[in-house]
Amino acid sequence: MATHHAVNGTLPPEPEKATLEGRNKVLGFWLFLGGECVLFGSLFATFIALRDQVNGGPTASELFQMPVVALATFILLTSSLTSVLGILAMHRNKVGQMQAWFAITVLLGLAFLGLEIYEFVEYYHHGHMLTSSAFGSAFYTLVGFHGGHVLFGVLWIALLIAQSFKKGLTLVTAPKFYVASLYWHFVDLVWVFIFTVVYLMGMVE
Amino acid sequence: MSGQVTYAGRKGLWDWLTTVDHKKIGILYLIAGGIFFLLGGLEAILIRIQLMYPNYDFVGGSTFNELITMHGTTMIFLAAMPIIFALMNAVVPLQIGARDVAYPFINALGFWLFFFGGLLLNLSWFLGGAPDAGWTAYPPLSSGHDFSDQGVDFYVIGLQIAGIGTWIGGINFLATIVNMRAPGMTYMRMPLFTWATFVTSLLILFAFPAITVSLVLLMFDRLFGANFFDVNAGGNVIIWQHLFWVFGHPEVYILILPAFGIISEVVSTFAKKRLFGYSAMVFATVLIGFLGFMVWAHHMFTVGMGPIANALFGVATMLIAVPTGIKIFNWLFTMWGGQIRFTTANLFATGFIPTFVMGGTTGVMLSVPPADYQYHDSYFVVAHFHYVIVGGLVFGLFAGLYYWWPKMFGKKLNETLGKWNFWLFFIGFHLTFFPQHFLGLMGMPRRVYTYQADTGLDLGNFISTIGAFGMGLGTIVLLINIIVSIRKGEPAGADPWDGRTLEWAIPSPAPEYNFAQTPLVRGLDALWTEKMSGNGKMLPAEPLGEIHMPSPSVLPIIMSIGLFIAGFGFMYHNIPVIIGGMAITFICMIIRSLVDDHGYHVKPKELEDGEKGVKA
Ligand code: HEM
Ligand SMILES: [Cu+2]
Repeated sequence: MATHHAVNGTLPPEPEKATLEGRNKVLGFWLFLGGECVLFGSLFATFIALRDQVNGGPTASELFQMPVVALATFILLTSSLTSVLGILAMHRNKVGQMQAWFAITVLLGLAFLGLEIYEFVEYYHHGHMLTSSAFGSAFYTLVGFHGGHVLFGVLWIALLIAQSFKKGLTLVTAPKFYVASLYWHFVDLVWVFIFTVVYLMGMVE
Repeated sequence: MSGQVTYAGRKGLWDWLTTVDHKKIGILYLIAGGIFFLLGGLEAILIRIQLMYPNYDFVGGSTFNELITMHGTTMIFLAAMPIIFALMNAVVPLQIGARDVAYPFINALGFWLFFFGGLLLNLSWFLGGAPDAGWTAYPPLSSGHDFSDQGVDFYVIGLQIAGIGTWIGGINFLATIVNMRAPGMTYMRMPLFTWATFVTSLLILFAFPAITVSLVLLMFDRLFGANFFDVNAGGNVIIWQHLFWVFGHPEVYILILPAFGIISEVVSTFAKKRLFGYSAMVFATVLIGFLGFMVWAHHMFTVGMGPIANALFGVATMLIAVPTGIKIFNWLFTMWGGQIRFTTANLFATGFIPTFVMGGTTGVMLSVPPADYQYHDSYFVVAHFHYVIVGGLVFGLFAGLYYWWPKMFGKKLNETLGKWNFWLFFIGFHLTFFPQHFLGLMGMPRRVYTYQADTGLDLGNFISTIGAFGMGLGTIVLLINIIVSIRKGEPAGADPWDGRTLEWAIPSPAPEYNFAQTPLVRGLDALWTEKMSGNGKMLPAEPLGEIHMPSPSVLPIIMSIGLFIAGFGFMYHNIPVIIGGMAITFICMIIRSLVDDHGYHVKPKELEDGEKGVKA
């Protein structure tokens, strides 16, 4: 089984799809994302049903700090771009570049999380909590689920970068980077919807 | 360097705890699902004894509520689904000519998650009482602590863990069927059971996330003080009903489609005929799967969605009867003029057809919204879904079990005992559930633990309970049959039924690598094609060579134990336990990511031995 031991420099053009294991991984990951769409769809539906139920607390438009949210959005979208650049580097078999782009992706992800935590703490002080109203429950569950996904992605990609220092880019590690970047795009895409449905629609009342 | 990583066979319990072999995982599913089936059956008998006489005080109201909740939950999530997964694991890779599933590790993980989720749920009996809000767990009954005790926490966490297991299991089968088919096994040559598995897995993929979210919301309300279902704080209980049924209705098709698949295989094998209308059957399966997502609100006609929504969902529901009817006729036409053998498997398949038609008929009756205002939450609904789930799915599973048992274990089940099994269960079933239609029409509500004497409900309930004993006896006969078969069953040989599909082309039980050489498929009913136009053996698609196998792993069970521990942490608000349990799971994930699995190779010599029938 030479497949597991392809040496750097001899990788095929699309190493993530060169082995059956790789193809299985990529296909399975797309399926996983299909299911995740239903997961977030259900959370969005719940949020939309409950977003006006503020129970006497602050409303969305009173609460949201759009500059912070806009900055977070910008950061996350940029991180999607850097992960694409990482995959391009992978296809050109440039391990170092790939590691660098993914490291930047991780840092941007961390920055996003920092802003999100800052935002949550602010809202908390304004009396907007998981327990304060149905709006609060739905907000923190939806946005928090997304934040949890970002956190998972950050840890996962960091772990992949770490192992790529030892293992390099092989037919085993390439599919991992590929699906991690798919995941990252998906998390970004969800954020675009959150930005629209939660924040923009929250500001216009 | 290939073949250098050799593998020392694991033995006994350790082998079972670490296996990633789909055939062994299938057996694990069968054992665990079987145990839960007995447990759920016991609960059913207790329910029926409580309802045997009017004003009877056998278990009383609270325990009754726990029993109906646990009976429904156990049967659907912990008995029916796992036994379906048992057969899928045992059969689907063989039917498509694959050596393995796409993700052997995930497959094992799916099993262990289901197992520990189910265990957690059932431990509630010993830790302060089982959930008692019904298998549908409608809030506010389930959401606050006003109406329900800690039992519902077990429901929420246990089902969450088990559900994730089922979900990844579904992804595994999808990828397996898409990527792992043998050369020549085109989609339109796949056996119907494989097709059913494919569509079922799609339903699992898209339906289970909805219950994941439902359970998360309920969990947050119960454990962290969120307000999703707390009307005082702006919550809305109808959200649960929608999310639950967005999952719940596809779930009932997740249950029945595999049974459709099994019946198709059994009917055609024992009629010695090609399945009538193969492509129509495939089309109907896909259509049922699709429509299954459009009809969830027929469970909510009486909630007050308004006439337009009710009418649309009513019509959409009736539509499903069309592809279902296609299937019924195709089975009948398959039998028509065939050389029918009434083996036990075929008896169950034949018994399935009229029984399921009755369940479908009451289903269409229920789909008429104004009529449903009368039927809803009455025993009529109970009768309906037991006709489709027991008379449909369970008959199908029994048929499948008798049919594929030889392939799984290498020995046949006894046919005489099998006939006792069938007739006791079949008659018991109709005695139990047929009167329930009329009980419902006479106004007996479901989920109420007793009724007044002389209201016309006595006789029906009494007969129903007697019938339940009959089903119990039938199940005991099955158990005896299994013991007899293990002890002195006749060896089955590769092809005991004169089969048509690929699984009958290899020894029973299948060697760990399934096919020594990947077969070349030359038509629908691959083996039958060779029996008719070849020499009765599959042509190989590759030369004899070393076979690469994935290594066993202990990580799946440890990961599941981690979540199991964390689940208890959540329920008892114990943060160190939560962190500890999650840490176990995450560390396993990290190990899995860091340590590459090189697998091992089965050498040609072992291959030759395998061919001579030595168990590999
Ligand atoms: C022609 C096909 C079917 C139709 C038209 C149909 C229709 C319905 C309707 C309208 C209800 C709601 C009744 C009420 O609560 O008032 C219902 C309940 C139910 N059906 Fe069906 N059904 C069909 C087939 C099936 C199948 C194949 C299964 C499962 C294998 C199934 C399982 C159930 C269950 C479990 C419930 C009750 C859930 C509960 O309230 O606990 N049905 N069906
Ligand atoms: Cu339904």
